[in-house]
Amino acid sequence: MSDSLVGAAAAQVAPAHADPIHSQGTVAVADPQLVRLLTPEGERLDHPEYSRYAADLTDADLRGFYRDLVLVRRIDVEATALQRQGELGIWASLLGQEAAQIGSGRAMQPQDFVFPTYREHGVAWTRGVDPIRLLGLFRGVDQGGWDPTEHNFHLYTIVIGAQTLHATGYAMGIQRDGAVGQGPDGDQGTAVVAYFGDGATSQGDVNESFVWASVFNAPVVFFCQNNQWAISEPLARQSRIPLYQRAQGFGFPGVRVDGNDVLACYAVTRAALATARAGGGPTLIEAYTYRMGAHTTSDDPTRYRIAADLEAWRLKDPIERVKAYLARSGIADSAYFAEIDAESDTLAADLRAQCLAMPDPAPLALFDHVYVDQTALLGEERTAYAAYLDSFEPAGHGGKGR
Amino acid sequence: MTATQHEGLSVPTATRRLSGAKAMVEGIAQEMARDPEVIVMGEDVGAYGGIFSSTTGLLEQFGAARVLDTPISETGFIGAGIGAATEGMRPIVELMFADFFGVCMDQIYNHMAKIHYESGGAVRVPMVLMTAVGGGYSDGAQHSQSLWGTFAHLPGMKVVVPSSPYDLKGMMISAIRDDNPVVFMFHKGIMGLPWMAKNPRAVGDVPPEPYEAPIGPAAVVRPGGDVTVVTCSLSVHHALDVAEDLAPTGIDVEVVDLRSLVPLDRETVLASVAKTGRLLVVDEDYRSFGLSGEIAATVAEHDPGLLRRFARVAVPDVPIPYAHTLEQAVLPTRERIRAGIEGLVGP
Repeated sequence: MSDSLVGAAAAQVAPAHADPIHSQGTVAVADPQLVRLLTPEGERLDHPEYSRYAADLTDADLRGFYRDLVLVRRIDVEATALQRQGELGIWASLLGQEAAQIGSGRAMQPQDFVFPTYREHGVAWTRGVDPIRLLGLFRGVDQGGWDPTEHNFHLYTIVIGAQTLHATGYAMGIQRDGAVGQGPDGDQGTAVVAYFGDGATSQGDVNESFVWASVFNAPVVFFCQNNQWAISEPLARQSRIPLYQRAQGFGFPGVRVDGNDVLACYAVTRAALATARAGGGPTLIEAYTYRMGAHTTSDDPTRYRIAADLEAWRLKDPIERVKAYLARSGIADSAYFAEIDAESDTLAADLRAQCLAMPDPAPLALFDHVYVDQTALLGEERTAYAAYLDSFEPAGHGGKGR
Repeated sequence: MTATQHEGLSVPTATRRLSGAKAMVEGIAQEMARDPEVIVMGEDVGAYGGIFSSTTGLLEQFGAARVLDTPISETGFIGAGIGAATEGMRPIVELMFADFFGVCMDQIYNHMAKIHYESGGAVRVPMVLMTAVGGGYSDGAQHSQSLWGTFAHLPGMKVVVPSSPYDLKGMMISAIRDDNPVVFMFHKGIMGLPWMAKNPRAVGDVPPEPYEAPIGPAAVVRPGGDVTVVTCSLSVHHALDVAEDLAPTGIDVEVVDLRSLVPLDRETVLASVAKTGRLLVVDEDYRSFGLSGEIAATVAEHDPGLLRRFARVAVPDVPIPYAHTLEQAVLPTRERIRAGIEGLVGP
């Protein structure tokens, strides 16, 4: 485990300049605690604490993980292409983070509730959100994209870190409803998962949510995908210590997991959820991964990072290691891989067709849902805007269908 | 002001007199007894009972699981309140002073106020953000502001600015039952606190049973034919005092208590101005870009011919001073209101 993954951590947290303020003290970066169950070469590892949380996975489950990983990457690639072709306003790619999202997402139960950032397309997939809903959001035909109550998957939160507090409050609601502490094996009861990134750990909201969840023992799992970059700022601008070690100061456990290892992410998340469900309170999971793409389609990472870093992480690809493991162990063969490739292409083509067919939103819909019941003022503003639209020729937007 | 002065509203008959604070707490307690989803969160809301007595006795009655003293973390309790509200609870979250919104505004206007809209109506955020406003007791520039114009400017939340004990209870009950986020801004000077300046109108008739005072309609709390005073919160008390003082001089003042800024009852304002033709807006918030300008614009958009004279008494565009004499100079005192009215009816 003392491979270049840990070495990369050391490089990231080393001060960028010789600086007397930062030259003292020891930065703890050598991290023997990284949880890994599947090496980049596709070999299964045992872990004294976490192997048991992945022990009951069947061959079908493992093939399912592979399928999930491939499909969400294909969705992501298609969405990026659609944005480049002018069909989406923006897209935040999850490239490289598939295992962190599929592993953690598949560890949840249907009754659990998720508060995502704007990059959790893989988690959305595990919660049953139709990918076309994601495209609807980024195409701007819908304000939110999906009904959070239908999937127990909240809206994407755009403001960095704000959702961690919503998750904590939601978890406190669960506590008061008596849905915590049921069942010895940890799959009953309800827990909440808050997703965020390494940059968000510097936000007040995230730190305040840690305080809250800690002192109220809220059943929430803080799942940080440390993808090393907050747009152009490296991890060294957020922290001098490994992020998972922050949890100790707040009074709850933190664990660092290989974020490119879907099995380890699954096991660690399942363990943290079991703790939360049983009334054991929060856990911070730092999924150590890498943002292989740009921050969003508006970003050009070649301006601030070097290709060699990208190449090093490409060797730790989250999909290739699963494929190697499945092939070597005989759980899947080339026919299966070809089948999934074909399925992914079909999915992408279907998604593209649906995306292009999505109608523009009706203009007057912009006045809907500001309040539960429309106020008189908004009614007047809506009427005035309708009259304005009607002042145009019928062929324009103001005609039928608004 | 008594309950029966709310024209057009069906209200119970008052049977006893309570301070604003006791009326407000009674409303919260009755809703907590009725609905187990109602909880209270904030700083010093437990054993202390709220520094402006807005939660006195709730901890003893409902226990620490429902009356939560929180970490000193405004972003924390508002953000957590939002999450709890989306989960199905009805949190009442106290921001100790409205002035403190600066450390937590993102949660208020980007999340509390927008989640319903962005979810296409699928997710409701039925929470009450109650907060103390106003000055007059030398609490300095960061503890004395009214700031309701800032909240009312931003879409997605209702903004309630009650003036009477009757409304403090009834509008609190309405706010708790409302499925929208409601910012409930109570002036320290209407709570009837023994350590504040004495204000007889901070004690009033309050029915003992639960009742809703609807959020939306303004109230003509004093009818008159010469001048319309549009105002809210503590300034309603001052305006009524001045109106009574001026009555013997032959100036007949109508006082409109807006009661809520979102929604804003424009019809009541327009009807009053149509009658008097003279409008004074009294606002304890800052003068520029706020309530007073909004009221003037409302009349002008509707029919500029209605308005023969217009003036406003508001806080000039300076921070609220700590020094007592300077603070009194900027607040909309009875003296300033009287001068404003006399200016409108004079030559």
